[in-house]
Amino acid sequence: MDRLVAKYVGKMVEQRIADDGMPVLGCRDSDIVWSRKDPKITEILEDVFEHLNINSLLHCRPSEPYGSMIEYLAAHSDGAILPQDTETRTFLHDLPLAASFTVEEVVHNLKRRKIVILPGGEIVSFGTVSPQQAFIGFSSVCFACFVKFMSDRLQDSRTAKMDDLARRIMNDALKKTEISHAHEKTSNEGPYITQDEVHREMARVGKLTVMSGMVDSYFGNISYLMDDTLYISQTGSSLDELEGTIDPYRLDGSSCAGITASSELTAHLRILETTGKRAILHGHPKFSVIMSLDCSEEDCDGAGRCHLECPKTRTVGDVPIVAGEVGTGRYGLCNTVPEAMVNTGGVIVYGHGLFTVGSTDLDEPLNNLLDIERMCFEEFVKLTGY
Amino acid sequence: MVRHGWTGRILEVYLGDRTSRVIEPPAWLYEKFIGGKGLAGHYLSQHLDMEWDDPDMPILIFTGPLVGTRAPTSGRATVMSRSPLTGTVGDTSVGGGLGTKIKRARYDGIILRGSSNKWIGVEIADDKVAFVDASPLLDLTNGDAMDLLADKGSVALIGPAALRGVRFSSLMVDRHFAAARNGIGLSFAKKRIKYLSCDGGARVSVHDAGELDRAREDIFRLVSASPILLGESGIRNMGTPALYDLMHTRRMMPTDNFRTTFFPDAPDLNANAVKKRYSPRKKGCTGCHILCKKGSRDGVVLPEFETLSHFTALLRNSDLHTAVRANELCNEYGIDTISAAVTLACFSEIEGEHLTPDRIMELLGQIVRREDIGDQLADGSALWAASRGKPSSSMSVKGLELPAYDPRGAYGMALAYATSTRGGCHLRAYPIGHEILRKPVATNRFSFAGKARIIKIAEDTNAVIDSLTACKFVFFASSLEEYAHALTAVTGVETTATDLSKTGERIYYHERIMNARWGFSSKDDDLPPRFFEEAGSSGPDFDVPPLNRDDFLGARGRYYKIRGLDADGAPTRDKTRELDLEWTD
Repeated sequence: MDRLVAKYVGKMVEQRIADDGMPVLGCRDSDIVWSRKDPKITEILEDVFEHLNINSLLHCRPSEPYGSMIEYLAAHSDGAILPQDTETRTFLHDLPLAASFTVEEVVHNLKRRKIVILPGGEIVSFGTVSPQQAFIGFSSVCFACFVKFMSDRLQDSRTAKMDDLARRIMNDALKKTEISHAHEKTSNEGPYITQDEVHREMARVGKLTVMSGMVDSYFGNISYLMDDTLYISQTGSSLDELEGTIDPYRLDGSSCAGITASSELTAHLRILETTGKRAILHGHPKFSVIMSLDCSEEDCDGAGRCHLECPKTRTVGDVPIVAGEVGTGRYGLCNTVPEAMVNTGGVIVYGHGLFTVGSTDLDEPLNNLLDIERMCFEEFVKLTGY
Repeated sequence: MVRHGWTGRILEVYLGDRTSRVIEPPAWLYEKFIGGKGLAGHYLSQHLDMEWDDPDMPILIFTGPLVGTRAPTSGRATVMSRSPLTGTVGDTSVGGGLGTKIKRARYDGIILRGSSNKWIGVEIADDKVAFVDASPLLDLTNGDAMDLLADKGSVALIGPAALRGVRFSSLMVDRHFAAARNGIGLSFAKKRIKYLSCDGGARVSVHDAGELDRAREDIFRLVSASPILLGESGIRNMGTPALYDLMHTRRMMPTDNFRTTFFPDAPDLNANAVKKRYSPRKKGCTGCHILCKKGSRDGVVLPEFETLSHFTALLRNSDLHTAVRANELCNEYGIDTISAAVTLACFSEIEGEHLTPDRIMELLGQIVRREDIGDQLADGSALWAASRGKPSSSMSVKGLELPAYDPRGAYGMALAYATSTRGGCHLRAYPIGHEILRKPVATNRFSFAGKARIIKIAEDTNAVIDSLTACKFVFFASSLEEYAHALTAVTGVETTATDLSKTGERIYYHERIMNARWGFSSKDDDLPPRFFEEAGSSGPDFDVPPLNRDDFLGARGRYYKIRGLDADGAPTRDKTRELDLEWTD
């Protein structure tokens, strides 16, 4: 358990969502293992453990700009922050606000939700199986609040109502934003011809995707088609830890070993079938998601159902934006992304993220991802007048 | 008095004098035990001084507050008594339409008391209860009997095996759905109930239909995002045999009575092989959109994962059709496929006889008729192995035969088998979710670290699921958070995931109390010695060593501490009172 606690605290710092020395993460079997002891925090969390049937608890104020964004959103929300991104809608539902950092307040909120936001922008999250869940909850709040805060600023810029504090937080965030330029291709330009090569390249590009900030937490997925097998990251795997978590899915369906494959396996299969491409990368780059949420339509027939279906044809630049939910349901993105992917290198899914493709190697979809995200960032800057 | 979700009515049927009455439990009892398994356990706990075959030992058939509503996958029922096979709490969750029909007849549950002097069918239709001569059905297989009862609503019946006293007899519901484990079918036979049917047309009152729709939407969204449920290789498309390949590649497939964990012929016997040969059609329980059950075009129910694995790898049988035939025979005559296969594997090991396909079918036939060697095997592997002086060849816990997940390949599963209140059961905690299927997140399957609390939490959660009464599969995607929302919407009683989890803890602890009163202790919370002495089969880049006994005992000790039990696994006065349960010195 000590190893797991150290791992997730380390990830928070590496992914720049927490400052070094800030997270307090506890994991409990019969006894609690803490990442660090801070009596003002751990004494309360120890009591919280007694009231909830859980095995891990995380307390931390996120690093900047997330902390300030969360504080700002909390100050302008009533009882809960309500982001519109897919991660929140699907997994967190809403982000409840506690009035104070007390056992009663934390317990009251965590009895019905996976996370709670405290005054000062601090977050408490928990897990029932692993501290990884607490980490994912924390990371998801950072992502969701960044996207909501920036989406709100786009709205402000239309109505010229942005207040000074919001502008300052936004400007600070934009100043810190760095989007890598296209990575130089490796000598291995594909197509890959051995399973080892596929595994190695998926792991390398997965790491680059995380390092570039194109996906947070344990979201995102990657695949590569070689012969009659699609190699795809497993559900809940982290793109920077793909070693041992890649499933081979045989196109003839002769094995179900891919039952643990990414929830987007169906979308990947249909994209490949539709486009004839070989490589797919799916990330959650923030500005692509923010721009996908930006819509100036008024009195639209589809209002309130934008994540399910949209009556308009929408783009950022020449990149299509489509509706669609995670997975395979009636409104699944597996029904919307493939068709939109014909003749383009990437498609943005409303409130969710970006799918990109490549013909021979995995660098191509990564570079498409970076290019589109940079284009979305520049569009955002232009619209907000930064 | 309850107003929404629950009906507030329980039907008590007295088999001796063929009467019935309706009781109306107080609202606090519903809130304390929810329904299903929880409420059934409340009524079972009033009979702790009885053997399983005491005429006054009741059979409890209970539904939950979500049954009959639009809450997803909530059409199930719990059937409970003291187990004829193990002597423990004997409960089994069953699908089909029984739960929904009971609810639509305006009952939350049915209590069968006493015993009949003749074979009868109990026919319930709304407020009417009829006791019907069942003697014309006695010699019929389940399918033939079901044909004659087709107009009775939902039908639960026992087969010829129960009539002959097979200890692992099942109860079949609506032809295709088995209440299989713990020998619950024999409890019906002891009371001379051949079948119970139920029909009803009442609607279940829902407190806030709009809020229920919102909860439904959240649950459906999560289910759609689940590769295990609705993915290309998920159980909707492939049925539960979708797990077969994973168990093979993870070297967790019990083979040759758990002597190895790798069956070389497995790739030719998987879900795809079933699909190619039998072109399955989807079937499911009332109120479920996952439709995990599969049937062939000519109406034969195809084996679930456990059955497919045990009737192939466990018996070293490479003939797929034999597994399908064995499954059909077990269903038609009414026996638990898991116990049947493990008992045959135990026989094979002790007798040193490799069972050919014909021999498998011959022995199953002898078991269901209690003829020849089948008369001894019909008591289950534990009693038979003990009678042959080789108790360790029975791969069972508390006398219940183990399912198709080798515990050397998933240490949470090892602990869960041991602590299960009904014996060798995978569903009490189902750690396969995180140890193999990576849900809600992946854990290290070769480690006991943290598993004691994980198993305790999962047991509590699953006790809630069986009390709601929902399907465990949906919890690969959803959680109590969404179901608490649904429950509040249905009943109007405000609740949270944590409140439900606490209730689950009460329900599970209650079962520990009952088992303790029936003499179960830490000596029973254990695994067959083979798992500590022999390695499983190695994979391409990993080993499957024997379980470390000290590590296992350490985890079990932590589990006892976390669960609030003493060092011998017995309930304590303080914890009993904390959970608002009754303490008896």
